[in-house]
Amino acid sequence: MNSPEQPGAVQVQDFPGGIVLPDNKAQSLQQPIRPGGLPPELWLPLQQHLGQPAITVVSEGDRVLKGQLLAAAQGPDSVPVHAPTSGLISAIAQRAVPHPSGMSDWCITLIPDGEDRWRERQPLPAYLELERDQLLARVHASGIAGLGGSGFATGRKLDSTRGHQIHQLILNGVECEPYITADQALMQERAEEILEGLALTAHLIEAKQCLIAIEDNKPAAIQAMQGALARHREDNSQLQRPTEIVVIPTKYPSGGEKQLIQMLTGQELPHGTLPADIGILCHNVATVAAIYRAVVHDEPLLSRIITLTGEALADPGNREALLGTPINYLLQQAGQDQAATRHLIMGGPMMGFELPSSQVPVVKTSNCLIAATVQEMPPAPPAQTCIRCGQCEQVCPMTLLPQQLLWFAQGSEHHKAEQHNLFDCIECGACAYVCPSHIPLVQHYRHSKGVLRKEQAEQASANRARERFEQRQARLEREKAEKEARRQARAEARKARQSETPAATGSPEQAPTSAEIAAPVDTQMLEQRREQAMAKREELLERLSAARDQALASTPQLERALAKHEQRLAALDQKLADARTPAQGQTP
Amino acid sequence: MTFIARSSPHAFSGNSTGRLMQWVMLASVPGLLAQTWFFGWGNLINVLWCMALAVGAEAVMLRIRKRPVRWQLEDCTALVTGLLLGLSLPPLLPWWISALAVISAIVMAKHLYGGLGNNPFNPAMVGYAVVLISFPLAMTTTWAMPAGAGDGGLSLWGTLVQIFAGSASSPAIDGVTMATPLDLYKQQIHRELASTVTQHPAFGDFVARGWEWVNLGFLAGGLLLLWRRIITWHIPVSFLAALAFMALLFGWDPDQSVPLSLHLLAGGTMLGAFFIATDPVSGATSNKGKLVYGAGIGALLYIIRAWGSYPDAVAFAVLLMNFAVPFIDHYTQPRSYGHQKPRRVS
Ligand code: SF4
Ligand code: SF4
Repeated sequence: MNSPEQPGAVQVQDFPGGIVLPDNKAQSLQQPIRPGGLPPELWLPLQQHLGQPAITVVSEGDRVLKGQLLAAAQGPDSVPVHAPTSGLISAIAQRAVPHPSGMSDWCITLIPDGEDRWRERQPLPAYLELERDQLLARVHASGIAGLGGSGFATGRKLDSTRGHQIHQLILNGVECEPYITADQALMQERAEEILEGLALTAHLIEAKQCLIAIEDNKPAAIQAMQGALARHREDNSQLQRPTEIVVIPTKYPSGGEKQLIQMLTGQELPHGTLPADIGILCHNVATVAAIYRAVVHDEPLLSRIITLTGEALADPGNREALLGTPINYLLQQAGQDQAATRHLIMGGPMMGFELPSSQVPVVKTSNCLIAATVQEMPPAPPAQTCIRCGQCEQVCPMTLLPQQLLWFAQGSEHHKAEQHNLFDCIECGACAYVCPSHIPLVQHYRHSKGVLRKEQAEQASANRARERFEQRQARLEREKAEKEARRQARAEARKARQSETPAATGSPEQAPTSAEIAAPVDTQMLEQRREQAMAKREELLERLSAARDQALASTPQLERALAKHEQRLAALDQKLADARTPAQGQTP
Repeated sequence: MTFIARSSPHAFSGNSTGRLMQWVMLASVPGLLAQTWFFGWGNLINVLWCMALAVGAEAVMLRIRKRPVRWQLEDCTALVTGLLLGLSLPPLLPWWISALAVISAIVMAKHLYGGLGNNPFNPAMVGYAVVLISFPLAMTTTWAMPAGAGDGGLSLWGTLVQIFAGSASSPAIDGVTMATPLDLYKQQIHRELASTVTQHPAFGDFVARGWEWVNLGFLAGGLLLLWRRIITWHIPVSFLAALAFMALLFGWDPDQSVPLSLHLLAGGTMLGAFFIATDPVSGATSNKGKLVYGAGIGALLYIIRAWGSYPDAVAFAVLLMNFAVPFIDHYTQPRSYGHQKPRRVS
């Protein structure tokens, strides 16, 4: 009855390029997933996802319950933040967040009271009865953002399928980067949850078929998932769709969304489209497990599995850490040898970033933490010149021309790089990994992309300024013309009157004229103020976009300032309109 | 350049230019051994002499250009240039002609164009072409006689004397040197039938005495490079395929022209296909481009061998295709993921 498997449904295809990496996964799989413990403080950034930061709805000094909303989403691509445990809000302030620049951002500090008291929950086992929009609202409210590391708002992603028939829901259990085993551990230990989440998600987006992709270097995970799938087929009616576990060969970066789609369907995602546009949706295994817990048990996203590994740790392994847990707390638990730690990498060795400090919290996208010794990650040898060996090109999964892009980036010909599809580069690092000249290719690409993005922002703001200038010019001309028309009309009227009653010269006309003059003076002043206000708004907008680009901590402040300013501007506009009405009433 | 902070990836393959070049040197050993076995000490002496000189010239140039000498020498590219020249020059060539070749290669073709990575022409082949054009006589008459073709070659001492103290005006000495099989066949086939031509001791029992083993040696080394992924198959395969295609198309009659077997197993064919044409710096970059580039070299090689005035022509074929590389690269850009067509910009 359930999930009849189409024979040979999925032919795994290859994607171009890619590399085979030493996987370094065994260290962190010696132990089952352990709890990450209850640290003395939790630091919860308002932005743990891509998109707008959430807005706090609690204040300092508030007591909160586990699962209580702390910060609400601001728009569809924003994601709310909940209290991972019960306790006291001790501060809402800027503090360091996990970011390569070591920047600060707004964080809510929660001091756990140790009671771990839940807010009231409304479990929903019979989710099949709910409408799509109701389910979606529950996902939106649960604070889930792509747990594979993308941090894209999950509700938004599910919503992107609206109006599209989804043929395949692809579950990404590939985890192709070395060291990371968070998804693998999850699949081994909580396969049921993943399948429940899969069933729920498939139901929500009405997917025709579900594929679960796992790399062939994870036999235990494959076995666990297959076992769970078999049990599901026997006694669970929730999973009504054909579901298949697809074992794919181990090759980095097979877990990249585009590469995975290519492997499972043979299709390339046309430039500038989303998977939903070609009837596909990809989710990470941990994300669907979180969807299941959120919808069925009304548990918003409060914790995540993070792999603690690296040779500087005595006791590596996977921990289920509360969001906001300080990294140094986790490292201590894992027996970190501080002196031996040369690099602290958040994420994997290929795409992760180096943390400047361990005084930062675990966030929704933190899948791995590597405390590496110097033997493990020796300093990169100095870069030599490119010998055009083409090894980079052989491994590029996006079939770009890395050496050509490098050439343009070094020559500051960023536009040419853009024309050579620089923005298609997924920064997988395969090219830099193999480069015999040790050229930090990805750094060069990031630099180029940064320059281009900045330029685009400047271009946009210049366009806005030009538009504004043109509008103003047009308005001034219009007003001049109107004035001229009025003057002529008056002259005509005067002439007419003069020819009628030559005796009565001027005096009855004096009053309206002065009123007319008074009005423009008033509007002129208002206009000037409006002009200034517009300029200021422009400046604020620019600063804000710059701040967003660089993910500066000042973003929320700027946003608030901008909102206030918009109000002032609206008031000014209103006044201006009021002032103009009588004047316009007089024009013929 | 602006300082760029360390970012991902944090892992590296341990690949390095020096390592690649060391593999190339290692892979040349079977061919060099075959050369030494059949043609005496000449090539070995040439190789050592050219390599030493190449490193010296490279060091001087780096010093003049104010580059870190030691560190850049570690990339071993000068050694490989010297090696390739030593392998391809005639074994009994006077020392100063080889020296001129090496210096042209390192100074002119490499450093005057901006050093490693910036040279549009294959340095070793520039060196080879310079001396081939300047000393055509010496370059065709100093090929050693293969073992078994005459009454035994020169001793080590005799070879050294010949190379370092030989007379420049009459470099050839009878009974020791012999025209190459490609040369011989090309000269003789106008007058005689294939069966008569191949009676000459230079052809031996198989294809071309000695040369066949040298070429097989380089083929073996080439396969090692392929296996180690130092090179990709594109250039050698298209090179050999184009050469074979041309030889079958125009030279199918062994009584008229040089046969395919000789094209493949005599002269510098395998050395050219696996070691010379695969030089990354001066070659095409994309896979498709490499196919075109290799095929171009193979076809040109045949054209010059068959209709040109030189019996062998790896150097000229490679250099001519080096000219074409910018065009090839421009027109063979791969279609990148998610795009319909490659963008031909720049
Ligand atoms: S791998 Fe490095 S040296 Fe080779 S072509 Fe690419 S950038 Fe140049
Ligand atoms: S980092 Fe970019 S250019 Fe390099 S291999 Fe990956 S996708 Fe290609």
